[in-house]
Amino acid sequence: MFRDFYNTLKEFVRTFGAFQLFFLRLLQHSPSIFVKRFRLVVKQVYNAGALSLVIIMVCGFFIGGVLGLQGYSNLARFNAEDSVGAFAALALVKELGPVITALLFAGRAGTALASEIGLMKATDQLSAMEMMAVNPIRRVLVPRFLGGVISMPLLAAVFSTIGLLGAHVVSVNLLGVDAGAFWIQMQQSLDISDINEGIIKSVVFGIVASLLAVWEGYNAVPTAEGVGRATTRTVVNTAIAVLIFDFMITAFML
Amino acid sequence: MTMDAPSDHLIEIRGLAYAHGARPIFKDLNLTIQRGKITAIMGPSGTGKTTLLRLITRQLIPDRGVIFVDGVDISTLNQTNLYKMRRRFGVLFQNGALLTDLSVFENVAFPLREHTRLTNRLIRHVVLTKLHAVGLRGAADMMPVQLSGGMERRVALARAMVMDPDILIYDEPFVGLDPISMGVIVRLVRRMNDALGISSILVSHDLQEISTVADCSFLISDGKVAASGSPAELNQTSSELVKQFMHGMADGPVAFHFEAPDYEEQLLGRDAE
Repeated sequence: MFRDFYNTLKEFVRTFGAFQLFFLRLLQHSPSIFVKRFRLVVKQVYNAGALSLVIIMVCGFFIGGVLGLQGYSNLARFNAEDSVGAFAALALVKELGPVITALLFAGRAGTALASEIGLMKATDQLSAMEMMAVNPIRRVLVPRFLGGVISMPLLAAVFSTIGLLGAHVVSVNLLGVDAGAFWIQMQQSLDISDINEGIIKSVVFGIVASLLAVWEGYNAVPTAEGVGRATTRTVVNTAIAVLIFDFMITAFML
Repeated sequence: MTMDAPSDHLIEIRGLAYAHGARPIFKDLNLTIQRGKITAIMGPSGTGKTTLLRLITRQLIPDRGVIFVDGVDISTLNQTNLYKMRRRFGVLFQNGALLTDLSVFENVAFPLREHTRLTNRLIRHVVLTKLHAVGLRGAADMMPVQLSGGMERRVALARAMVMDPDILIYDEPFVGLDPISMGVIVRLVRRMNDALGISSILVSHDLQEISTVADCSFLISDGKVAASGSPAELNQTSSELVKQFMHGMADGPVAFHFEAPDYEEQLLGRDAE
């Protein structure tokens, strides 16, 4: 039993070390790709970001709507239903915007990245690049990583904005909260530090989600089953990592 | 094997050993590939022919032994020099390995765009010329998924030769080609080798094609070179193993069956319970 434990621990340390080296290699190539091959990054911002817009906007609207409903009905117990704007804005900008965007991003863009890279590996496309003296980490992984890192904060911002719209539609247009009070309360209670917290979170989650997706794809066992597993692991690991990081960042920024 | 001046030795493999997990693939492989010739590597399936190509191009690292390419021990190269060496190779993969997110034209243009600063006009000229050579100039705007297996491999061949390599490596180039394309490709391999002065390494099972195109062939079996020489020489050899392979006989030194427990024992004996 101790032997099993020892082997598991050794394997974990080895994987974790390889993961860190992998991250460093991505970072090492990132500046030159960003400067010299920006078009590759733009294409990936389109794939990861623009193509995720619909799901982000739809989910953002309904999350905002739920915040409007819950905020109104619960705040009304204290005769504070005018604060629903402030309540929705704080919840969206600081927590729900970055976290839910990251989870949706993992499901929509992360899985696409992992399976695409895994399949490229399974069909020898990455080996073929190696043989053409093109480094696949530089040519394939770095643009996808950067595309994800750039897209995430933008998507989170869109999510929060549409969410506020949803909250406004539900609380002001349907439930009759005063529009002026809705915006004034929001303006007064939302600090720049709250927005910064949201931005920091979405940048960190962008790095985490993109890194895990390209890592899982690149290390997938090159078979149909292996690529399937890599895709699943991408979503599961991203969800866990994002929630852990969310807790840590919130604790630090209190 | 004839011994020429050292400069004629393009690739030299000495005492190569490689195991895939617990299964040894090569035990003590020695082999020399001559410059400017078409060399065929043959052998029953599972003997590690593709593995050998991967070792020569250092996609895999041998357990023991050395591989010299042009007199340089490739295990000593750092990544920059390895990539420099690989730019001299053109490799045709068994399944083509085209990049599925790029069109046929962009696939062939890929190495040019990555390694050169040619103008778009010039790239267009080079790519269309290479596509014309494999008969697929008309398919330039198609995506790889729209191609048949044979067409994919022809595009991959155009891509392998677009950088005008010194050494062209073909992994099973004749699989999945119809007889017409096969004839064209065989002639193309021969013509490129002679006209451009490159060296070709060919892995194949197609004995008939190999005997028309190869200058020299190696038969690999049981982790070693079992026989070598021109196809005609191999045809007349007295070795049981070579005879079995060249004439496709089921009985002989090479077992058709993968290693397994006794047949009768497994079906009727204790294991069956």
